[in-house]
Amino acid sequence: MEEYNITEHNFVPKHLILDEKDVVELLKEYNISIRQLPRIFVTDPVAKALNAKKGDVIKIIRKSPSAKEAVFYRVVVNA
Amino acid sequence: MAEISKKIDRITFGLLSPEDVKKLSYVKIVTPELYDKEGYPVDGGLMDTRMGVIDPGLTCRTCGEKLKECAGHFGYIDLARPIIHVKYVRVILDLLKSTCRECGRILLDDKEIAKHKTYLDGLDKRDVISRRRRTKLIKESLKNIRKCPHCKEKQYSVKIEKPTSFMENDKRLTPIDVKTRLDKIQNLDAELLGFNTEHAKPSSTIITLLFIPPVTMRPSITLESGERSEDDLTHKLGDIVRINQRLFENINAGAPEVIVEDLWDLLQYHITTYFDNTLTDVPPARHRSGQPLKTLTERIKSKEGRFRYNLAGKRVNFAARTVVSPDPEIEFNEVGIPKQVAMDLTVPERVTQWNIERLKKFVEKGPKTYPGSNYVLRPDGRKKKITDETKEQLLEELQPGYIVERHLMDGDIAIFNRQPSLHKMSIMGHRVRVIPGRSFRLNPAVCYPYNADFDGDEMNLHIPQTEEARAEAEVLMEVQTQLISPKHGLNVIGCMEDSVSGNYLLTREMNLSKEEAINLLMNIGVNDTSKFKKFKSQVTGREIFSILLPKDLNFITKNRDDEEVIIKDGELIQGTIDSDIIGEEGGTLIRKLHKDYGEDETLRILSIIFKLGIKALEINGFTTGINDTDLEEELVNRIKQVVNDTNKEVKNLIAKYHNNELDAMPSKTIEETLELMILQLLNKVRNKVGELIAENASPKNPTIIMANSGAKGNILNLAMMSALVGQQALRGRRIEKGYEGRTLSLFKKGELSPKSKGFIESAFKEGLDPTEFFFGAMTGRDSLMDTALRTPKSGYLYRRLANALQDLKIEYDYTVRDANKMIIQFKYGEDGIDVAKSEKGTINIKGLIREVTGK
Repeated sequence: MEEYNITEHNFVPKHLILDEKDVVELLKEYNISIRQLPRIFVTDPVAKALNAKKGDVIKIIRKSPSAKEAVFYRVVVNA
Repeated sequence: MAEISKKIDRITFGLLSPEDVKKLSYVKIVTPELYDKEGYPVDGGLMDTRMGVIDPGLTCRTCGEKLKECAGHFGYIDLARPIIHVKYVRVILDLLKSTCRECGRILLDDKEIAKHKTYLDGLDKRDVISRRRRTKLIKESLKNIRKCPHCKEKQYSVKIEKPTSFMENDKRLTPIDVKTRLDKIQNLDAELLGFNTEHAKPSSTIITLLFIPPVTMRPSITLESGERSEDDLTHKLGDIVRINQRLFENINAGAPEVIVEDLWDLLQYHITTYFDNTLTDVPPARHRSGQPLKTLTERIKSKEGRFRYNLAGKRVNFAARTVVSPDPEIEFNEVGIPKQVAMDLTVPERVTQWNIERLKKFVEKGPKTYPGSNYVLRPDGRKKKITDETKEQLLEELQPGYIVERHLMDGDIAIFNRQPSLHKMSIMGHRVRVIPGRSFRLNPAVCYPYNADFDGDEMNLHIPQTEEARAEAEVLMEVQTQLISPKHGLNVIGCMEDSVSGNYLLTREMNLSKEEAINLLMNIGVNDTSKFKKFKSQVTGREIFSILLPKDLNFITKNRDDEEVIIKDGELIQGTIDSDIIGEEGGTLIRKLHKDYGEDETLRILSIIFKLGIKALEINGFTTGINDTDLEEELVNRIKQVVNDTNKEVKNLIAKYHNNELDAMPSKTIEETLELMILQLLNKVRNKVGELIAENASPKNPTIIMANSGAKGNILNLAMMSALVGQQALRGRRIEKGYEGRTLSLFKKGELSPKSKGFIESAFKEGLDPTEFFFGAMTGRDSLMDTALRTPKSGYLYRRLANALQDLKIEYDYTVRDANKMIIQFKYGEDGIDVAKSEKGTINIKGLIREVTGK
């Protein structure tokens, strides 16, 4: 069967890898260390599809019924 | 007790080795005797005063301190033979299985040992989960290795036999055998198996020296007869010492091995039950009375154990518990307290020069006449009970600085609670109202937040004892502060049942004479006569209702009928009041009042609206009876027609199915399709009948009034009483249970007719025929079981959820974080809305615009 790109699926919200500058800014905005971010496994299907490495921060833009769009960040960790 | 000058930095758990035991002990126990002839603790006995003292007057021989100052010291028993510790059998088994029976090395070759070691060493010290996962993996991989990679010795499988024995090839391993094997295990190997060898050696899982807890941990009780009753632990330890002694004697005397082994097993039994007396395959050790002993594990474990009972469970004074009953005459924020209870619960009041005369009166009345007092506290902290003898003296010495504990009186603040406390509204502050009788009274309007009814419910009452506690109860907990629930932003206190019916009728159609109207209003406590000036000789219900509203209230909303309810400048000019306006959970008017006029005013208005409804109903007269379900003949015929039509349709469907003319729906068989279509048809019948009844029902019908106003019941309930009960369903399907291919023996096999599968054509009023009744009983029983089983299950589910979420907190930057400050959500609820200030989690923009533009 042909490999399906899951990031194109309607149910998968938009995932982006943040570049380093944005990560620093993000951590500054919330006054946190990278350990305080929610986590995502490198083995997560979406992380794999994005080719994310340990330590990357993924920005997720989800659809929300009450706020239209909700932004979320997750740091990639080893499984 | 010595002053505590150290702070706990960390706690390490480990196993006590025999050397540790010796080092920590102050006494070696050698004799089972407890006291000598004079009743003095025997040296080397279990009550040795070197292990602490429990008698006043004696001093501890280790630290020289007296009772309550010396926390006690440990001792030990030298066991004649090693004993397996029950709580470690699994650990021992793992060790035996994972190591060589000959050389004691782990059953891994050097290469693999190195591999696992580098992994474990590389782990974060705090990462216990990964460490545990890896050691488990290692143990798993060693299960079936039959040859030692180090000494090439053949390995056999080891099994547990009942509680504490190990079997290798059907040969029993004695604790001595086990111990010699464990002794051979090297630290490095043990670490791969999950041991922190710094604090726990594998061989320490076998007991050679038994650690004896201090006497202070197992105090004896002196009975009234002067007889001493020892603690269960002391009893058990006595058994151990006795058997141990006999075992020593027999070994030294060179007794036959059989006898020694029997005694050894007995010692094993006693030590096992000393640790845990609730094991399934060990008969519990008992008192002479036959009641099982409470040993170490039972002291700690479960609901009555140390954690849940003593540490997590807080017991309090100044509390009361009784049955609750309703009293609509008291205010929402009041609680009726029986005089008997009020004379037991007290409020401390500090004597000052301004209140001394008043407080003296309480002291004078004493504990037996009502507004009296029970105790007087002197400034030195001593508590004096007020009795006939002490009264005069206390009255004389009473002066500023003293505290009088006077009886509970009207207006004091109390904290009222009903379990299960799932809400913050399950515990609210109420004002005391002392009443006759023996039960607590509460206004029926606050039943909803407490989830209380009066079929025997009991509630708890607490009296705050400090100024701070009273202030908190008033400001944070009193009923009016709890009108709006933080879980959805709607009111949890509102009008209910008769009050809703009454307001509905009043604002829909009632007209009163001027006298009647004024009488009604005065009755509910509205006595501002200036408000009555605008009344003409005939007063409408809406005008009466409007009197209660604030003058400047402008509000437009919709009621249950989707009719607009318009309030302009405090006048209800259009619309009928129903449960959507003033009811519990989503009474829009209450929400509006709360927002614009504050909680105190809302509670006041709500309270009079509540009373108005009830009094209006009393004037109008309201009763519901069997003739509410009478239908006109014409309507009965139309209903019959609907039912017959459906029956025919079902028949046609079945015929079609038998002629193979039915097309299957996607992903369904033809049979499933038929069932689905029939069920749809039959379910529709009841709704159709409900609609017919609703259309034709008289608006004067009390049952209809209750259903339409949202007070109680709905049209379907009425349809079931007057027209037909409808299809009975089990697990979302028509009834299929019973005989093979049929539900009851009077039907044909494979019959698909509505009647044979639980469709009830009769109504409750006309009565059900036997088959119908049977089907009704089936579903009735099913739903009864379902609720009985689901309640505890969902309760536990909720408890776990609440425990998991309890320390999440919204920070000032709107992020949701846990106790470790880990981010859970970047913006609370994705939208940052404070639900308590919203309406059902959203913001009513339309209402806001209307408010701002004034339209």
